[in-house]
Amino acid sequence: MSNLNKRKIKVIKSIDELFKLIDINDFTNISFHHHLRNGDGVINYVLDKYLREGVNNLNLFPSSIFPSYTKILELIKNEQVNNITTNYLNGPVAEYISNNGLPGMLTMQTHGGRARATIEGINEIDITFIAAPYANIYGDAIGYLGKNRCGSLGYIIPDSKHAKLKVLVTDNLVKDYLENPEINGENIDYILEVDSIGDKSGIVSGTTQITTNPIGVKIAKNTSRLLFELGLIKPGFSFQSGAGGVSLRATKDLKDIMIKENIKASFFSGGITKYHVEMLEMGLVEKLYDVQCFDLEAVDSLSKNINHIPISASDYANPNNPNQVIKDLDMVILGATEIDYNFNVNVTTDSHQTLIGGSGGHSDTATESKVSVIVSPLIKGRIPVIKERVTTITTLGKNIDCFVTERGIAINPLRTDLLELLKDSKLKIYTIKELSEIAHKYTKVPKESLKRDKIIGEVVDRTFEVIDNIYQK
Amino acid sequence: MKTTAGSLESSDCLITISDSDALDIKIESVVFKQFGDDILEVITNTLKEHKIDKLKVLCQDKGALDYTIKSRLETAILRRGENNE
Repeated sequence: MSNLNKRKIKVIKSIDELFKLIDINDFTNISFHHHLRNGDGVINYVLDKYLREGVNNLNLFPSSIFPSYTKILELIKNEQVNNITTNYLNGPVAEYISNNGLPGMLTMQTHGGRARATIEGINEIDITFIAAPYANIYGDAIGYLGKNRCGSLGYIIPDSKHAKLKVLVTDNLVKDYLENPEINGENIDYILEVDSIGDKSGIVSGTTQITTNPIGVKIAKNTSRLLFELGLIKPGFSFQSGAGGVSLRATKDLKDIMIKENIKASFFSGGITKYHVEMLEMGLVEKLYDVQCFDLEAVDSLSKNINHIPISASDYANPNNPNQVIKDLDMVILGATEIDYNFNVNVTTDSHQTLIGGSGGHSDTATESKVSVIVSPLIKGRIPVIKERVTTITTLGKNIDCFVTERGIAINPLRTDLLELLKDSKLKIYTIKELSEIAHKYTKVPKESLKRDKIIGEVVDRTFEVIDNIYQK
Repeated sequence: MKTTAGSLESSDCLITISDSDALDIKIESVVFKQFGDDILEVITNTLKEHKIDKLKVLCQDKGALDYTIKSRLETAILRRGENNE
């Protein structure tokens, strides 16, 4: 293979130069990926231009919003932003929107739903700015090489094909041929060459460590025992876990079971950490399907382990993509800020109605996997995790199967098959109301007073169904 | 003279007590909306048990359970007693 038939892409050297070629006022629906997480430099660099030019009625489509994305807040305060569509947000932008709303709406999609909406034209994106750690002059790009390598570029691949204009932003432009690029240069309109796309050390979040907190350790132990008793840990099984400390601890416990019982898994999917990579390198799992790297060890694994495979958000979780990886998931372990009597889960807002996150792949994987497990302490800072009704529904209860705490486990009554399998179990199985009463014995019953006056946003499931509203604090 | 017990760690509270001519209870809590009345009740009852009716109490709460609040308050009262001897 060679670059013989490839078209060279026009290289420009600054955002000012780009908007001499095209009229900035024609490009008000703007998308970005968040693979550099809190180390991203492209979002602020690009949006600073929109600030300086005073372009109004912007609609932003970042795949997520992190605390360092300060130009978004400046644009909002400057009344230049109309709507924001994203999958996850925390930090100052989230706090500001919780208190003030937007002139338009905050739309919270899932990772799979975002891919679907972008491909199907629901998310009408005028221009996408793709931070590319390693790109060639033909517009092909990968994320796992270069000085600011961030790993998989999965979330932006739909945008790289379906936005009206696609701009690759790179600090590492080469002439070499790239095998199996994540971003295909055929789709790229411009390459914007900059000094720096950010700081790769910003991708590491504080939470991606195995917990040693005794409550977390107990929850993880209950979880791995539950999965084992349900017969899910068997040769060829597939698995996904979040990157929270308890989920990672449960993954480690699973690993111990796999070694003891000599069981090998087929694949792990989702956000990948060094712990998943270690299991790949030990031969405990055949493949990692990676839509996002949570640490630098995972990033570097992509360039050396052939069975660690970066995938697009559509191949990961788009419900209309017949090849979506998660439809073959046996089990997923996920977190919760709140869960309610109907097993609805909230990871979007806290109990004080402040936006603190969002679905990411929560609803996608809970819906598709054969068994979805929520792990959480029963009580967090005196607030019982179980509510009569969650503050905000992120994932519908019909898609949640098990809820595991340090004091016991609740199984969704819809899953009579799981309850049957567990009827002789020594695990402490309660109804979710019984678990709630256990919590209240310690905390007493909290007085709830949620504001439900002004709708500032909506939670849109991967089905495109609006499953809940988000209210101003 | 001020006496303290506890901490500002999550799920704990910091109790600060000092002299006063009357009962003066102030609560700052991250869960005030949900549990403010419960916190006041446990402090009031604990003071009654110790037959104290003149004291300034500041409870800076980070989501402590009732028995934590009670034991922090009792510890502060005992420490104050020791210091007064």
